[in-house]
Amino acid sequence: MRFMILVKATRDSEAGKQPSERLFAEMATYHEELAKAGVLLDGSGLQPSAKGWRIRYSGDKRAVFDGPFAETKELVAGYTMIQTKTREEAFEWARRFPNPSLDHGEAEIEVRQLYELEDFEPNPQLQRFEAIKEISR
Amino acid sequence: MARSPTHAAIEAVFRIEWPRLIAGLARVVRDVSAAEELAHDALVAALEQWPGDGIPDRPGAWLMATAKHRAIDTVRRAKLVRRKHEELGGEIEALGGEVSDEREAIDEALDDEIGDDMLSLMFVACHPVLAMEARVALTLRMVGGLTTAEIARAFLVPEPTIAQRIVRAKRTLAEARVPFEVPRGRQLAERLESVLGVVYLVFNEGYAATAGDDWLRPALCDDALRLARMLAELAPQEPEVHGLAALLEIQASRSAARAGPDGEPVLLLEQDRSRWDRLLIRRGLQALASAERLGGALGPYALQAAIAACHARAATAAATDWARIVALYDALAALAPSPVVQLNRAVAVSMAFGPAEALPIVDALVASAELKSYHLLPAVRGDLLAKLGRLAEARAEFERAAALTRNERERGLMQGRAQACGALVAPAPLA
Repeated sequence: MRFMILVKATRDSEAGKQPSERLFAEMATYHEELAKAGVLLDGSGLQPSAKGWRIRYSGDKRAVFDGPFAETKELVAGYTMIQTKTREEAFEWARRFPNPSLDHGEAEIEVRQLYELEDFEPNPQLQRFEAIKEISR
Repeated sequence: MARSPTHAAIEAVFRIEWPRLIAGLARVVRDVSAAEELAHDALVAALEQWPGDGIPDRPGAWLMATAKHRAIDTVRRAKLVRRKHEELGGEIEALGGEVSDEREAIDEALDDEIGDDMLSLMFVACHPVLAMEARVALTLRMVGGLTTAEIARAFLVPEPTIAQRIVRAKRTLAEARVPFEVPRGRQLAERLESVLGVVYLVFNEGYAATAGDDWLRPALCDDALRLARMLAELAPQEPEVHGLAALLEIQASRSAARAGPDGEPVLLLEQDRSRWDRLLIRRGLQALASAERLGGALGPYALQAAIAACHARAATAAATDWARIVALYDALAALAPSPVVQLNRAVAVSMAFGPAEALPIVDALVASAELKSYHLLPAVRGDLLAKLGRLAEARAEFERAAALTRNERERGLMQGRAQACGALVAPAPLA
């Protein structure tokens, strides 16, 4: 089973501040451990929401809004995807995640389980989704 | 930690820490069996304390410290016994200084980088002195962190059988005095081959179950994939390690597409490619690139991965680069000649140049009788004959394949194809 560890944004991450050497080292050590245990699948940091945009839908209408966005704590600043044998194992790995805040102050991570494709029956919509991905490759 | 840890939570910590604990301890006591005993003692201590006290912040360090105390006792006791023998010979050493040296050495050993230990543990568990099934059991238990019950379930054998297999394997290792180390020089290549072979076998057992009702046992595939990913981190300079990782990632990417709604097998070219896992394909292609960058493009696993990559890169079955696949099989056949490779090559030749070109290759295999109990030989021959319109012969081959396979799902598939041929046997053969 797969889980995504979502790192929530902080005022510092939204300001585009670079992590300290200490935080870099802690994150590197943690991710090395994940990799050496064969658990790490993917991961990346995200740039501040100032460089992103949103699209809001209302029926058939859509409107584009440029970042930055105000509700810092609801924004995502990075993610780490892991694969474990049990839910408890994912919990234990997540428990070891270093404090991701840049000033070693307040921060929050959130862990979510991924749907597996096996959870879905084959259907034509998935096939179309795939065709789109092929074009974009 | 605020909430009281459940049994499952403690088990999860064990799963993570168990391999590292054994690897670290084995380096100190130079004996995998003794290391496992020490690790086990530490786990028992944890099971007594953690439900009340909570899981410590650094459970790995806690377990290691607990085991370390026992290790020091064990080493000291062993030394005392030896010294008793030496005393008889008249050689007495000063006791005091040595004990603290020992403690320092153990501390140092345990605080070291553990990467090499885990790799040593893999090499020991897959040592050629052990029978293949013993290597598999030991690797899953010690490196994969699976319980004996989990291994037994995965291989559909009773738990005591696996437990015994592990005990006997450890005894064999002790008797053969297998050193706890990463082999060097010429030995390395040979021993690495054994490690990769074990991981590949575990994967295949999950990917195309040789026995039982299920076509796939995904948990075993995941276990093998995890071992391959570990190896790629622990021995990143070895191209074939990346080749194997690439092969398994790409094959695993098709898991969801390999079984139909009723669990029946779906062949590669008929699979719904939208169900292929893009993340695993990307990881596989990256691993393949690593193997190639290290000059390992022509290793047996890298070649198989390259073939798998041809399929992964093709947006539709029709877009497959079959000519390239034939060339890769040619290289593989030159490197590791085997009738199974020839059979696969025949399939590729059929797709690239037509069934008439491929049939002689398969007929040669039938004549050599090397694969006479391998169900895929009549399956492939049946497929070629069906494409050539020789339906009555094709039906006989599919029926032979159905009789040979031990897998229920596959048998159903073959019987279905035989019936389809029977229904289509027309008075006028196809042109």
